[in-house]
Amino acid sequence: MTSYLESLSLLLVYSAIAIYAAAFVAYTIDLARRAAPAPAPAREPALAGAQAPPRRATYTGADAADHTEPDNPRASKAVRVGYALTVLGWVFQVGATVLRGVAADRVPWANMFEFSLTGTALIIGTFLIVSIRVHLAYLGTAVLGLVVLLLGVATVSFYVPVVPIMPALQSGWLVIHVMIAMLATAFLGLAFLVSVLFLIKRRGQAKGTPRIQRLLATVPSTEALDRLAYRMTTIGFILWTFTLIAGAIWASRAWGRFWGWDVKEVWTFVIWVLYAAYMHATATRGWRGTRAAWLSIVGFAAVIFNFAIVNVFFTGLHSYSGLK
Amino acid sequence: MPILNENMQADLPADHVDRTGDIVSPSLTVTGWARWAWRQLTSMRTALVLLLLLALAAVPGSLIPQQSSDPNGVIQFRRDHPGWTWAAELLQLHDVFGSVWFSAIYLLLFISLVGCVIPRIRHHARALLAAPPATPRNLSRLPAYDQQHLPHRSPGDVLDAAERELRRQRYRTIRVRNDGEHSIAAERGYLRETGNLLFHIALLAVLLVLAIGSGYRFTGQRVLIEGQTFASTRIAYDSFTAGRLVTDAQIPRFALTLNRFRVTYVTDNLNALGMPRNFDAKVTAQSDGRQQKADIRVNEPMSVDGTDIYLLGNGYAPTITVRNPAGDVVFKDSIPFLPQDAKLTSLGIIKIPDGLAKQVGMIGLFYPTRATAPNGASYSSYPDLLNPVVTLDVYVGDLGLNRGIPVSVYTLDTSKLTKIAGRGTTTRGIQLVPNVPQPLPNGLGSIELTSIPRFASLDIAYDPTQIPMLIAVAAAVAGLALSLFVPRRRVWVRATRRDDGTDVEVGALSRGDDPSLQTVVEGHFTHLTTPDQETRP
Repeated sequence: MTSYLESLSLLLVYSAIAIYAAAFVAYTIDLARRAAPAPAPAREPALAGAQAPPRRATYTGADAADHTEPDNPRASKAVRVGYALTVLGWVFQVGATVLRGVAADRVPWANMFEFSLTGTALIIGTFLIVSIRVHLAYLGTAVLGLVVLLLGVATVSFYVPVVPIMPALQSGWLVIHVMIAMLATAFLGLAFLVSVLFLIKRRGQAKGTPRIQRLLATVPSTEALDRLAYRMTTIGFILWTFTLIAGAIWASRAWGRFWGWDVKEVWTFVIWVLYAAYMHATATRGWRGTRAAWLSIVGFAAVIFNFAIVNVFFTGLHSYSGLK
Repeated sequence: MPILNENMQADLPADHVDRTGDIVSPSLTVTGWARWAWRQLTSMRTALVLLLLLALAAVPGSLIPQQSSDPNGVIQFRRDHPGWTWAAELLQLHDVFGSVWFSAIYLLLFISLVGCVIPRIRHHARALLAAPPATPRNLSRLPAYDQQHLPHRSPGDVLDAAERELRRQRYRTIRVRNDGEHSIAAERGYLRETGNLLFHIALLAVLLVLAIGSGYRFTGQRVLIEGQTFASTRIAYDSFTAGRLVTDAQIPRFALTLNRFRVTYVTDNLNALGMPRNFDAKVTAQSDGRQQKADIRVNEPMSVDGTDIYLLGNGYAPTITVRNPAGDVVFKDSIPFLPQDAKLTSLGIIKIPDGLAKQVGMIGLFYPTRATAPNGASYSSYPDLLNPVVTLDVYVGDLGLNRGIPVSVYTLDTSKLTKIAGRGTTTRGIQLVPNVPQPLPNGLGSIELTSIPRFASLDIAYDPTQIPMLIAVAAAVAGLALSLFVPRRRVWVRATRRDDGTDVEVGALSRGDDPSLQTVVEGHFTHLTTPDQETRP
């Protein structure tokens, strides 16, 4: 029974990857259409960004750019297909995750494969939910691309069969600590994508080809992107703080000390400090915008390093990859 | 310093370094330079750079083995890179987090933090006591603004209703009367800055608690074999680390017996065959005449006399009995063998200083379930005792125990020993299975594996600062959440009398990121045009 559920779960994972890949294509077609020369009126008056008060530099209100998100009718069909496919893929992935948990008779995040499976489900889930309120179609290609990559690598390289949970992980804190770590990763990952887009837009606006410029004209202003990245990082940062604290409490319960500079603890600390620096950067003249965006990218690179490299190549107390 | 406050500018004293663009200072006195240096240190930019340095400085701590978390790794590293030992010593690379340079960074960061927080506390206290700022002349310039004409309403009536609503939403309000115009100035969300300050003060508290804790903490490690009892004193531990202020009187006096150590293994899943499912150390503790039985598991420590006892490891401790040629028992002891892999292939050292013709030392490997690889090498294929075998290489000579220098029981110094059996000699090593005596080489006597108890490696930890630390950390999280999620807003409502009613303008301003500011303004109009009947006189 267990192995049947396990195989079924893996089948659903493969299906989800395939559907996500299709959604990725749909979103990419949308981007291509946005870049095509079109008689559509200029979506974003060039001055909108310039007129807006500098973010957080003074008392500022809601920026008009938030409400001028273009809905290019030529692009909307591809976007609708992409969104629908993403929802479908997500349903498959959630099914896969639940079946994996049922097969293992525990939470489905006790090794690297399961962490990736549940974590990417959370990224897509967050993307879908935020999409309801904020127009995020322009991010579809990046989000789906990232998830196909992460989930693909995890399935190929990190897959391990279902095994019971080792004594070190038999704790209620596994549910809390790891769940929050995954949620934090989801938010920080989305913030990372927005920051990359921010940098592309800032550069492309000045130096891009006409196609690039047309494409970039359909995404929100750099102001709005910067603010979106900030909001997502804010949530991610608080969740990461919780991860760190929950981990420390668990460590004091399991190992008799709340902090011991284990390799994983070192990197969790490094990431926390990097994002603390990001929060400061958004409030410091000369660091707002471009440099803050780079910090967001460095921060997420550290998150990925902490997960993919530290787990596999470093020896420490957090050796739970299940890989041999 | 700083932090997490999106507009420092608005908040800082006018002379703060972030406030003035370029510092033009023709000639500075000593105090002038000191003042300049202090301002530099407490500026946001410095804090930011220090944070990045702190992140960077922590990285070597994960790449190079640390004495605190991985002492064996340090030994291995020194063995592998002997040429680098001097550099590692000089730069304290095996103690990054206690090193001078790492400490310098975080201490500067915290000094910077104090220097920023103190003026901000003063500033915030003043803001808490002050009235909201008077209504600006031109409300339409504010980031969120709307205006409407309300017929048949008087300015006083409108402002009364607006003020009631603002108060209900916990705004602090004042009436402003200027050139015959009536308006309300209102502000809310002072908790945002309070939370921000709380967060930073709580971080200071964390550092303080950490510093105090390091003086009073202690941990001791002890390997306990089934059936064994140990009495807690400083010397009874295999290793003991204590803060500077810990006295022997503070080490709790209890006796701990390991009655039984049970391990259950996965047997119903081929992918995890032999994986431990549960470790369970059944112990009895005695202190002050009271007896306390408990099961210590990996995530379930036991509390005795204010200290916690944790289960950190386990293995086998084969009992070896040695007889002289006359058949008298000269040695009988359970020797903890240290596990080398997941199937518990284990390495142990046996030292027999007295009773035989010569001092005898043995290096042994223990296989709980011995299997033989195609190349003839032995290995353990399962961690439980299905086919237990001990193999021994035998040495004779000087064990080095008579020099008065403490020697680890887990190593054998072979420099003054001669190998007489095992790999590299003409005699085969000894193989022991339970209860079958084997002769020792050179007619030294005989050796027998008489039983195979398990051992548990226990950690005894005492840290009086855990609760204060939890409080400090909880305060930090609460402060962080407040400072990021409580919106700080100012709202002004101006009412101007017209012939047939009143013109109402509402403007709002927010500190930091506030996506719903326009909604707030519109909400006030909704309220004014459909006034709550209850609150109308």
